[in-house]
Amino acid sequence: MKYLVCISKTPDTTAKIGFTNNNKTFDSNGVQYIMNPYDEWYALVRALELKETQGGDITLINVGGVDNETIIRKGLAIGGDKAVRINAENPSAWFVASQIANYAKNEGFDIIFTGKETIDYNGAEVPAMVAELLDLPLISFASKMDISGNKATIQRDIEGGVEIVEVDTPFVISASKGLAEQRIPNMRGIMMAKTKPLEVVEPLAIEEMIEIDHFETPPPKSSVKLVDPSDMEELVRLLHEEAKII
Amino acid sequence: MSVIFLAEHQQDTFKKSAFEAATFSKKLAEKLGTTAIGVVIGSMNNPGSLGKYGADKVLHVQADQNVPFDSQVFTEALAAAAKQSDASVIILAHSSTGKALGGRLSARLKAGLVSGVNALPDTEGGFKARKSVFSGKANGIYNITSAIKILTLAGNAVKPVRSETEAPVESLQVTLPTARITVKEIKTVQGIVPLPEAEIVVSAGRGMKDPGNWGIIEELAATLGATTACSRPVADADWRPHHEHVGQTGIAIRPNLYFAIGISGAIQHLAGVNTSKVIVVINKDPEAPFFKAADYGVVGDLFEVVPKLNDALKAFKAAH
Repeated sequence: MKYLVCISKTPDTTAKIGFTNNNKTFDSNGVQYIMNPYDEWYALVRALELKETQGGDITLINVGGVDNETIIRKGLAIGGDKAVRINAENPSAWFVASQIANYAKNEGFDIIFTGKETIDYNGAEVPAMVAELLDLPLISFASKMDISGNKATIQRDIEGGVEIVEVDTPFVISASKGLAEQRIPNMRGIMMAKTKPLEVVEPLAIEEMIEIDHFETPPPKSSVKLVDPSDMEELVRLLHEEAKII
Repeated sequence: MSVIFLAEHQQDTFKKSAFEAATFSKKLAEKLGTTAIGVVIGSMNNPGSLGKYGADKVLHVQADQNVPFDSQVFTEALAAAAKQSDASVIILAHSSTGKALGGRLSARLKAGLVSGVNALPDTEGGFKARKSVFSGKANGIYNITSAIKILTLAGNAVKPVRSETEAPVESLQVTLPTARITVKEIKTVQGIVPLPEAEIVVSAGRGMKDPGNWGIIEELAATLGATTACSRPVADADWRPHHEHVGQTGIAIRPNLYFAIGISGAIQHLAGVNTSKVIVVINKDPEAPFFKAADYGVVGDLFEVVPKLNDALKAFKAAH
């Protein structure tokens, strides 16, 4: 089996969010970046588990600038065999998906893994775009997956429960929590990652379909109104009369 | 030109997101001087009822039975509906279904996509749609420059407006491709509003001390007509089912009212709930970080406060 795992770089959850360039650009000054958790903890590790039990080969793909090589090397340390970086700064979802599909179209991957969404823009757009561009089935929000031969049985998270589906390879799968158990790279992996191939490819020209107008940060929340724990009638009154929510 | 929306349904019942999409589409169609058209895929006995929430017309992609969800099949049906109605805007729910379709349709129709939209777009001098980004810590306003625009609509972003008008229903003939995904089983909780759709959510965490103590949470939720949720440690310890886990790695929700009971408010938890309209925090630790994100707070022992709150709510409900 040939696996492609799409990884992206996101600000750490605890990062302070601010903008520059007339609020058009995310201010990366002082921001700590990580591999998107859904890509790392669930998508990549499930691919690795499959490789360990069934054999195969894992390619990592990232669309981004040279700074992204830190997280790409981390992915190789966890267990990717080789990596491709499509060289571009601040790409949109459509740009990223187009590059991934362009790279994957002649490679014959059996399974293309992504995280269910990135934790910065929360769009969940890339997996569906890649699947459409490659004319492949998509199983999104997968929280369990087993494979036998070329048939996969996948549990997919839906509102208020799960759906169990079957699909034959090749397909695109987006990973939710539960698809695998998070792994931390060990020293051997980190050493080996340094010599694994990392190919840099120039991007295909893409016509963008959306553009950022501006970002805005919500006004800071006014401080909490504390209610006496013995007076829950007061809380109910506030929720009814002030918040007008019940 | 038209605004079309996918109305999600389960057998003969529309999901709440279908009514939200109908009302949102109608408001947008009025701004653009056009009509709002609902699209219903698969067997459904009253598609015209979408008119009550704003649809001017309904296109029904007929099938003998419920069409199981395969994003390729649904994309084919929606692309046909878009063509038939000369759609300039396509509205989907920001749901497990809508998220799987948005990207596909965007790539298929070369139509710009903004997902998780939380307000009516600004259509003066462009088409600017607003969505929450960075797990609720900011909003991004995006201008869609393609001829066709696609939006997925965040839950609880618009309140469905109901009238008594039924919409005319037209059958839309589409040759649907053979599904490549086989749905073997659907396991959902019955009789409870799913968390992403819930308007009121009662959530509890480690402060509950033991899974056997959840009775007071369930009673409070029952009084409020709320859905229960939990924090990650509680789900990881199997005190509560995983589908109740809200937060960064669980699900993100934006109810009108969120009760956080015995949850300290780690940043990963806040990332999944901080776009809730009103947040009430009950915690015995006055230093709990959640109080900084709260509108109302009660510093006290939850085992005393929650039953008192439940009694006060019951008295309120009886009087109103």
